[in-house]
Amino acid sequence: MARAPSPAKASSAKPIAMATTSEPEVVATTTPGTASLLSIRSIAKHFGRNIVLRDISLEIAEGEFLTILGESGSGKTTLLRILAGFEHPTSGEVWMQSQRLDTEPPYRRRVNTVFQHYALFPHMTVEQNVGYGLAIAKRPAAEIESRVAEALAKVKMSAYAKSKPSKISGGQQQRIALARALVNRPRLLLLDEPLSALDANLRRQMQVELKALQREVGITFIFVTHDQEEAMVMSDRIALLRSGELEQVASPREIYNRPATSYTAQFIGHTNLLQADIRQGTATCGALQWPTSLPDGPARFSLRPECIRLATTAQSAIGSPEKSTVVRFRGKLRDQVFHGGTDLLRVESDAGLILTVRTASRDLPEAPIEFEFSAADAIPVRATSLASDSSPSSSSSSEDRP
Amino acid sequence: MFSRAYRTAITVPPLVWVAVFLLVPYLLMFCYSFWSVSESGAIVHSWNLDNYHELLTKPVYWQTLLRSMWIAARVTFFSMLLGYPLAYFLSFHAGARKDLYYQLVIIPLWVSYLVRAYAWKTILGTDGVLNTLLQYVHLTRHPLDFLLYSPFAVVLTLTHIYTPFTFLPIYASLEHIPRNLVEASHDLGATPQQTFWRVILPLSIPGLLAGATFAFVLSLGDFLAPLLLGGPSGIMISNIVVSLFGAAYNWPLGAAISLCMLALVLALIFFSERLEKKWSFS
Repeated sequence: MARAPSPAKASSAKPIAMATTSEPEVVATTTPGTASLLSIRSIAKHFGRNIVLRDISLEIAEGEFLTILGESGSGKTTLLRILAGFEHPTSGEVWMQSQRLDTEPPYRRRVNTVFQHYALFPHMTVEQNVGYGLAIAKRPAAEIESRVAEALAKVKMSAYAKSKPSKISGGQQQRIALARALVNRPRLLLLDEPLSALDANLRRQMQVELKALQREVGITFIFVTHDQEEAMVMSDRIALLRSGELEQVASPREIYNRPATSYTAQFIGHTNLLQADIRQGTATCGALQWPTSLPDGPARFSLRPECIRLATTAQSAIGSPEKSTVVRFRGKLRDQVFHGGTDLLRVESDAGLILTVRTASRDLPEAPIEFEFSAADAIPVRATSLASDSSPSSSSSSEDRP
Repeated sequence: MFSRAYRTAITVPPLVWVAVFLLVPYLLMFCYSFWSVSESGAIVHSWNLDNYHELLTKPVYWQTLLRSMWIAARVTFFSMLLGYPLAYFLSFHAGARKDLYYQLVIIPLWVSYLVRAYAWKTILGTDGVLNTLLQYVHLTRHPLDFLLYSPFAVVLTLTHIYTPFTFLPIYASLEHIPRNLVEASHDLGATPQQTFWRVILPLSIPGLLAGATFAFVLSLGDFLAPLLLGGPSGIMISNIVVSLFGAAYNWPLGAAISLCMLALVLALIFFSERLEKKWSFS
């Protein structure tokens, strides 16, 4: 075996008992956000004339759950394949701490992948699938057996050890794919839309389980998805990718509450994009006016539907000192969509501006209604070059993504 | 749904064709194999097992059958040895030239079998291309006479002719392997060699079996290559059948040999299909 020493190989020199207990601890002792595990430096990828990724730089912390979120064609899968080693970047480097990764073949990286369609070996049993990486690393048979059993127990699939992959369901195959990757105790686990083939209920359940599992094993996860809700539920941080460029990298709360660009604001949840004109500290959009600290000129604001509420007489009677920061407007109800606990309203204000409002479910009158929002909830966002953003005053994000 | 008349119209002609040109001849052969030929050369319609008895007791028949199987086995081995790496290269490493190479493999199939067999005759003969070349470069002083009219020539020619037949099913089975399985194997630490032995080869076994069956069955029944290039030592069982039906005018014995070969081939195909099923997972 003329194979250069790899990290996986190097660890096989340890005694068995040590190896089974020590490796996860090394990872678990570092808390998320303390040390950088992976460093992506100015990665670009061209397929002929087609530029799929341009100048991606990203630091990923030890033990972090990072989601790469993007529409199809945004380059998120290509980025993941570069990290796994299935694609070579056109330029840029990937480092795992002191080891340069992008020049290594996939089989010498301590990175494992959970594939979109699981990619289980059809000619092997579940057990053999899970033990594949350990068998390749030439671990002793007894160790393989115990680690495989442990991994199968962790994903609650012990009963299916002797089954062939074709005999188990999609959700079960998903668990096996996860066990097959985790049993090798990688430094980094890549997940390529692993839940996309599951039905909605199972997907929600797996989201929670996956997040819990990640906390338990302490391995860094990079999770690729096009589902913003999934990204919000699971991630420590979300990296929003758009046409091969990073739009924003932040925690789910921050990316939702303080979107940097109008694209981010629209992609993550619903929003009202307000095209306002600023004069002497006051932003004007149609009939709406609110104070702002931005300089004069045109600006764009994101106002979440749940930040707009029905104005009550009680509230206006109190007349709080921050009254000036509460913006009131009258609007006519155009549309009311029932969403369970909440309703999504489309409201036309006096100046013809259409706003989306989320309220608790209730019956509303036909007559014009008074609405209000805090000026602080109107978040200034950078304009993005999307052609659809150039609509004059307001647009709200498309209907709920499936 | 198609009308009843339409379905009848499209299914009956092929069925009639198969019945008249396949089932009836087989049935006739079956009957013939239990009959015999009189001194005067007439078929005697008396049922007996004499032909099968003769087959088993006269060494010339079963020895020739064994030799044919041995030739077919070698052809199978060599065409897999050539066909598998070719198919593997095309499927995994040919990149954009895949289609071109594929055509290059297939094109020889368009050339008449007879032409290719004759081509080998001119290459391997005493004054052939190969011997002339060898003498010209002074590697040999006299023409090598084992090249032509020998089992060697038969194996060589049949390997040349049937390699595309082994290539095709192997190529198809390799193309059928999801590429993410190869990536998964690399991802789990396996080198390309380890991936080949543990993932690619096991998953291509159905194609390998189909290819091997093609090569073996087709070359076992071949009679042109041994006739043109085999000489006395390269005679195969089909040549005996041809002469029994022709010059020797012993149709009953010829029919008995044919049926034995048919049984052998059917058994082979049956077991090969069983194995293929066992090894296919899609």
